[in-house]
Amino acid sequence: MNSMTLSYQSQLTARRAVSQNEIKVSELKEAAPIVEIKGLNVRTKDGEILKNINLEIPKNKIVVLLGPSGCGKTTLLKSLNRLTDLHKELKVSGQILIDGQDITKAGQNLANMRQKMGLLSQRPFPLPASIYKNVAYGLKLKGIRSKKLISHSVETNLKRVGLWNEVQDRLKSPANSLSIGQQQRLCLARGLAVKPTIILADEPTSALDPISTKIIENLFKDLKKHYTIILVTHVLRQALRLADHVVFMYYGEIIEQGHPDDILKNPKTKILKKYLIDGN
Amino acid sequence: MNKKRKIADILVNIWMRIGLYLLLSIPVFIVIGLFWKAGPLLKSQSLANLLFSSRWSPMKGEFGFLPFIFSSAYVTVLAFLLSAPLCLFAAIYLTQFSKQRLLNFMLPVIDILAGIPSVVYGVWGILVIVPLVSDGIAPFFGTSSSGYSLLAGGTVLAVMCIPYMLNMLIEVFHTIPVGMKEASLSLGATSWEMVKHVILRKGFPGIISAFGLGISKAFGETIAVLMVVGNTLNISLSPLKPGYPLPALIANNYGEMMSIPDYDSALMFAALLLFVVILIINLFFRYFIHKGEKV
Ligand SMILES: Nc1ncnc2c1ncn2[C@@H]1O[C@H](COP(=O)(O)OP(=O)(O)OP(=O)(O)O)[C@@H](O)[C@H]1O
Ligand SMILES: [Mg+2]
Repeated sequence: MNSMTLSYQSQLTARRAVSQNEIKVSELKEAAPIVEIKGLNVRTKDGEILKNINLEIPKNKIVVLLGPSGCGKTTLLKSLNRLTDLHKELKVSGQILIDGQDITKAGQNLANMRQKMGLLSQRPFPLPASIYKNVAYGLKLKGIRSKKLISHSVETNLKRVGLWNEVQDRLKSPANSLSIGQQQRLCLARGLAVKPTIILADEPTSALDPISTKIIENLFKDLKKHYTIILVTHVLRQALRLADHVVFMYYGEIIEQGHPDDILKNPKTKILKKYLIDGN
Repeated sequence: MNKKRKIADILVNIWMRIGLYLLLSIPVFIVIGLFWKAGPLLKSQSLANLLFSSRWSPMKGEFGFLPFIFSSAYVTVLAFLLSAPLCLFAAIYLTQFSKQRLLNFMLPVIDILAGIPSVVYGVWGILVIVPLVSDGIAPFFGTSSSGYSLLAGGTVLAVMCIPYMLNMLIEVFHTIPVGMKEASLSLGATSWEMVKHVILRKGFPGIISAFGLGISKAFGETIAVLMVVGNTLNISLSPLKPGYPLPALIANNYGEMMSIPDYDSALMFAALLLFVVILIINLFFRYFIHKGEKV
């Protein structure tokens, strides 16, 4: 069974049809995890933000991080592309293997590594430049000079996130003149333009209306064919709609993880049960 | 109760307005006063002659301000060229790359440097910079100099401006949101590219206004420059020659030789000139700030 090309819905039906054992086998057959986090700790002088995180992220899947506010989801995403370096007060230890390479080691080509991992931050931060230049930014950093290639990429990626119609007449205006929801989609387009292999999305639909949310959700389902997506959301129904694997965090620890049907419908721990009940 | 609050509101409002108008009226009164006092000179001489003639002999009634304007511009530009790039890089390094501890150590040091009275910088200039120019730099270039020179003036000014500009630049760079830096880096920028595309772009208006204030301060600075610049009339491009900036002219001569006709008036004109130049500098930089903010 080639699960990668199946849609989420048919995967679900397929999963329900086959027995537990077969699922395990089919999962084992998949390639090695694209991200492996081993014993990750992040602490400040006041205490621990992430405590001994061990997590494997399978390739071409959507992994959803759930958990109450302040439990460390954003910090975990930022550790994955070493944006934690910017915060001098954070001490990071442990191993993070991306495609088998430990990115926590010194002497990395950080710029290259980060281009493989598109981060969509929790609040949109357009760069101080025009809409066009925001999307073109990563391509230019990659050394792409062809105007034709760049404007083609700007157009396709703005279309993918459903922003093209709104901005095609004002590509030259400053990106911070857009509304927050538009900025959020712009930042997604900008991240997709560099063609990362992993997308780290921190509540990418938090400022969007239902229709735009749907566009983004469908985009993610589609992107899954080629990308691995780690998604933070507070919307349980979104988690159910998108997730292949759910990770529940609480106060810097992973409490429970597994298939969304198990995690969201049959939680084992009391903490998760309470979180789900309060959330509905 | 409600009425009481309303009255309080109105009173506070009136008080704030009075304060504002008082504040705004100060420069207006200064300009009017200076104009009035400089009147006699402006009546007897043409403005072009005052600004562009280099003949200065009050006894004969010749008041050409060009040497003073030249010296002022020279030391200011020199001070700016010496201090601005240094401050910019130091501020970038301190806010973006250095350890938090170094920044925490530097901030109070910068404040102390900014608070040192300018006469102390002047003394330091006489003790260190002047001998350095006369015994080191001038012989090195095969000439001689007393050391009291435009170079000494510019250097002392630069040292005085550094803490001032550095402070403002650090403040500017601190206001740039971390998220914007993260965005640039996560799209694959190197640290230096991030500095270029985010810090310098986003901070541009702030950088310009820090530079503008630095230049204004340098242009008007009096005592420290007066102590090391030589106070000799001279229009020469050589930095090793002495000069005589406008503020020094006023500080050295006001209250003396008042028997010479129009001399008093000439010094007032010098003050007016200083005022106008600083106004122009500020307007000029403000224009750039506006242009920069549109991005
Ligand atoms: N740079 C930092 N310095 C000190 N503490 C930090 C820093 N960054 C995060 N924290 C702390 O780490 C904890 C986790 O923060 P994080 O932003 O990862 O939470 P989160 O799970 O993303 O929350 P939310 O759902 O509200 O976005 C918080 O208690 C926060 O105060
Ligand atoms: Mg968060």
